[in-house]
Amino acid sequence: MMTLERPLTKNIKPNTPPMGLHAYQAAGGYEAVRQTLGRVAPADLVEMVIQSGLGGRGGGGFSAGRKWQLMPDPKADPGPRYLVINADEMEPGTFKDRLLLEGDPHQMIEGIILSAYAIQADISYIFVRGEYGTAITRLESAIGAARDAGLLGRNILGSSYDLEIHVHGGAGRYICGEETALLNSLEGRRAVPRAKPPFPQISGLWGRPTVVNNVETICNIPHIVLRGVDWYKSLGLDGESGTKIYGVSGRVKSPGTFELPMGTTLNDLIEHAGGMREGYQLRAVLPGGASTAFLLDDQLDIPLSFAGVAKAGSRLGTGTAIILDDRTCPVGMLHNLQHFFAQESCGWCAPCRDGLPWVERILAKIESGQGEMSDLALLDDIAGTLGPGRTFCALAPGAMASLVSGLTYFRAEFEQHIHTKSCGWT
Amino acid sequence: MHLTPADIAALGEIVGHYPHKRAACIDALKYMQARHGYVSDQSLEAIAVLLDMSPAELDEVATFYNLIFRKPVGEKVIYLCDSVTCWMLGRDKIARKIQDLIGIRQGETSTDGRYTLLPIVCLGHCDHAPAMMIDDRLFGDVEPGQLPGILEPPD
Repeated sequence: MMTLERPLTKNIKPNTPPMGLHAYQAAGGYEAVRQTLGRVAPADLVEMVIQSGLGGRGGGGFSAGRKWQLMPDPKADPGPRYLVINADEMEPGTFKDRLLLEGDPHQMIEGIILSAYAIQADISYIFVRGEYGTAITRLESAIGAARDAGLLGRNILGSSYDLEIHVHGGAGRYICGEETALLNSLEGRRAVPRAKPPFPQISGLWGRPTVVNNVETICNIPHIVLRGVDWYKSLGLDGESGTKIYGVSGRVKSPGTFELPMGTTLNDLIEHAGGMREGYQLRAVLPGGASTAFLLDDQLDIPLSFAGVAKAGSRLGTGTAIILDDRTCPVGMLHNLQHFFAQESCGWCAPCRDGLPWVERILAKIESGQGEMSDLALLDDIAGTLGPGRTFCALAPGAMASLVSGLTYFRAEFEQHIHTKSCGWT
Repeated sequence: MHLTPADIAALGEIVGHYPHKRAACIDALKYMQARHGYVSDQSLEAIAVLLDMSPAELDEVATFYNLIFRKPVGEKVIYLCDSVTCWMLGRDKIARKIQDLIGIRQGETSTDGRYTLLPIVCLGHCDHAPAMMIDDRLFGDVEPGQLPGILEPPD
């Protein structure tokens, strides 16, 4: 059997400080930058990323290259252009970008240089959540080393291309992961989402053309450049490209992150995590964070690709699976999830601001044994009101994904709480 | 309150990262919080003047985020994750043990002013749930029995 390639994590060793500049270069690092800057036309690089099939790893799955292609021609719209890295990893159950940021900061920087060059941006901000102090320190140190080596700043490697990277530490709110709320936060405003259109590529940071990309997406770029589109496509399964940093948390034997071919099945992923702990059985899975719909134990053979999970009625999301075991109360789990969303609603639009706390209160009532059957119909109704197209951004529809699927799959447990007037789980 | 020349120099370097001063406001709020423990009205006004914002505009930002405190907190802030994986793996037991040990529930500060306990959203450490941070130190796979050592580390 062929050895699995793990381009994104090949330099990362657990509990070891990340590679410094010299070690990173000795391992082939910044070679893609040397081969590209001033040698490859930015438009050709965009085309290469389109051909690679790289889909946005923040959870959207939209073609990274196509996203870049929406940037206006700098000749038609001269002035500053920005690349913003979304490192505001706050999706519950998600811990993959932390690995990349802490484990190989130079890979992040190399990806940024290439991507910023492709979209002809001259400034990049890495928006890192405030709680990721280690990531912030390591990125700042790596940026300093790269600047001293002439890999950042003016006239990089004599290519006449200029780029500055700044690390922007956040102060903690989930909504900052929404790309237009992130831009407001970065500008020093309350982080509420902006209306789209205009999309950030047309009017983004300070009204200028801006691309916002996820950490993992950008970390793929150096490898695509260096090893080519055909190689990159060959890494994936189920018709999708590259590898994916998957994660598993919950009562499995070895929770953690696993770089595997994009499209690995859920079964295989759980096997990489050692399977369930003794005495626990898998009941259901949130495949990609708190904003994805539950999959049941008879759906474990599905490929964890964007298309594969969508076909099964959920979303790949961040690809970090949260396992619900048979000894955890599903109603309690849904209550916990909705508490999160209610707290993190930014308050900008009424359905989300008022609807999510309402959902949370009803779930608390049911969990504590004071629910009535009419509460279930009410939850169904609110879930429709907070669904896609009814709110300003995707926060509330994301919140409803687990609720709607949970109300269907765990109906018996809901009714049991109501009929017995108690939670039978300890 | 006046900002010292050293404060202005430190904040000026951050302001230089952006074409508009107010983009540095979160960093400036965090800077004042690091020095004074929280962001007082006086700190808020001083930063607003420095960044050409109105105090109300700056307070809109300051009150929005989980990590900016507009009221005094304890010397150490304990952030205990309350998101889904940590909840499944026993974070409520950790909260109860902290209450037993230092007498505070979430949102409270101990009477001796040493600790504040706050719930925090997912810390991205779910493979080591339950997770918590004390100031900027991250702890994973926390068990109730380890808490005395974590809270009162031997010198």
